[in-house]
Amino acid sequence: MEKVFERPKSLTDAEFSYCPGCAHSIIHRMIAEVMDELDLADKCVGVCPVGCAVFMYEYMYCDMIEAAHGRAPAVATGLKRVLPDTFVWAYQGDGDLASIGTAEIIHAAARGENISIVFINNTTYGMTGGQMAPTTLLGQRSTTCPTGRSVAANGYPIRVSEMLATLDGPSYIERVAPTSPAGLVKTKKAIRHAFDNQLAGKGFSLVEILSNCPTQLRLSPVDSLKWVEENMVATYPPGVFVDK
Amino acid sequence: MAKRKLIKGNEAICHGAIAGRCDAFFGYPITPQNEIPEKMSSLMPANGGVFLQAESEVSAINMVYGAASAGKRAMTSSSSPGISLKQEGLSYIVACELPCVVVNVQRGGPGLGNTLPGQADYFQMVKGGGHGDYKIITLAPWSVQECYEFMPLAFDLADKYRNPAAILMDAILGQMIEAADLHEDFNYPIYDKPWATTGAMGRSHNIINSLWIDPLVMESVNERLQAKYALAERDEIRYAEYKTEGAELVLVAYGSPARICRTVVDMAREEGLSVGLLRPITLYPFPAPRIAQIAATGARFLTVEMSCGQMVEDVKLSANGATEVAFYGRTGGVVPTPAEILEQVRELFNAPHLYAASEQRGSL
Repeated sequence: MEKVFERPKSLTDAEFSYCPGCAHSIIHRMIAEVMDELDLADKCVGVCPVGCAVFMYEYMYCDMIEAAHGRAPAVATGLKRVLPDTFVWAYQGDGDLASIGTAEIIHAAARGENISIVFINNTTYGMTGGQMAPTTLLGQRSTTCPTGRSVAANGYPIRVSEMLATLDGPSYIERVAPTSPAGLVKTKKAIRHAFDNQLAGKGFSLVEILSNCPTQLRLSPVDSLKWVEENMVATYPPGVFVDK
Repeated sequence: MAKRKLIKGNEAICHGAIAGRCDAFFGYPITPQNEIPEKMSSLMPANGGVFLQAESEVSAINMVYGAASAGKRAMTSSSSPGISLKQEGLSYIVACELPCVVVNVQRGGPGLGNTLPGQADYFQMVKGGGHGDYKIITLAPWSVQECYEFMPLAFDLADKYRNPAAILMDAILGQMIEAADLHEDFNYPIYDKPWATTGAMGRSHNIINSLWIDPLVMESVNERLQAKYALAERDEIRYAEYKTEGAELVLVAYGSPARICRTVVDMAREEGLSVGLLRPITLYPFPAPRIAQIAATGARFLTVEMSCGQMVEDVKLSANGATEVAFYGRTGGVVPTPAEILEQVRELFNAPHLYAASEQRGSL
């Protein structure tokens, strides 16, 4: 019988440590599928973040570097500059990229580093227990804003894609919401486009993926995806911000 | 063919980096080390390497992390406040067992301090500096010539031990112009780096990581690091001595103050005072066995630093109570003069020896 579905060869057989219903797993799989399509597993280096995806080096069957919190774009830059023919991608969450690592991502984007960033925005610090993130929505509760994020105390959420799109460096920035089958298809297409851009030498690409954290939202997987659609999309509208 | 040049210590560092086959430099401006990134911005590309001015010292050391992960020889340079910012990255680099070279042209501190010479980063550089149990192999040049020659040595030690190596200078050494012989008589080996993340290209995949959640595994990583340090302490101690044979008082100083102390030794000898100089060249590993040997003769020590007293702690630990260890320091960018150090020497010879009965040591 013909095999119609299997694990991408760019994924190891390690079990994901993610909570049930968390989109990290499916996004990992999509990255692995794109790596398979482009035959990159043997020719690339991935840089993983600090946060829930900290063990990503266990899951991807390719050379991997575990970076310090927020520093993945700098680590990826150092590696790409000395090995310009090696494909380099990095995976970062919102605390990692939009809070402690803002300088690193802005300057990697401004330099137009020829790297591909997959940015997971789930509005929370999932691994440390649901503290307020730079992307936490106004009014959204967290363990460090238990009555809801207020402008007076915490200011406004950061729109990373729009902010980076003001720079001349990036070649491609898109925000996607994999909350439906159509959204999943779009997400994989966006990752593929970001990777294609690096192979074509076009420079910095970033895909912002609106993601769910059922555990910290205290919602079922399905309801957490609905929450993303009903709440996140208004603040973080999907779309293509740069495509050169 | 040897090239003799009149250059600054900071420039000698750059030529030394090229002689040490440096592949990549990442840095950020800070005085008094700016000549290093400025010169490297043309020297690196001219020699087929990478130069990149980072957005911060934090990013610079993480770019070093990335380039070192690729198996390349990478370095950064900075001065005291900038070195503070690099400590997070250095801790990760140590834990990942990556080689790299860090140059610290020390200035006055704490805080923003000033851009004048200082040696108050001894603890930060020599004792680890970031979180966790680790050491940075630290070399202390005292001349422009040594600034040049210690760079290939630092890259070699970094590769040999898969650990960062540092050059600990001060603003005098960085800015001082001296003649240096830019020879190429270095015969350091080339190291295989099968652990590097370069794209697997047919081999099993490599992982550069410093996360070990199993406590026994984490402990074994620490044991592996400590085993390397034990080897370094056995094999890599370097120091120089001047008139220490039979000396009753041995000055201990590194970097620029060691040059001043050599003058003091000659001045004291003219007065008939039996004084020598021990200059640690490796601050880690520290020349503890030699200090202990001298301490056992009953000779006293006077440690001279441009700090409030940092290396003196290692001198005391090495002497382990066998003799008296005195300290003299100036800070904030003030450089001690030979006359004021000589005055300290005279006072010690006039003072009763704290560790031996005075009748047994008539001349003191």
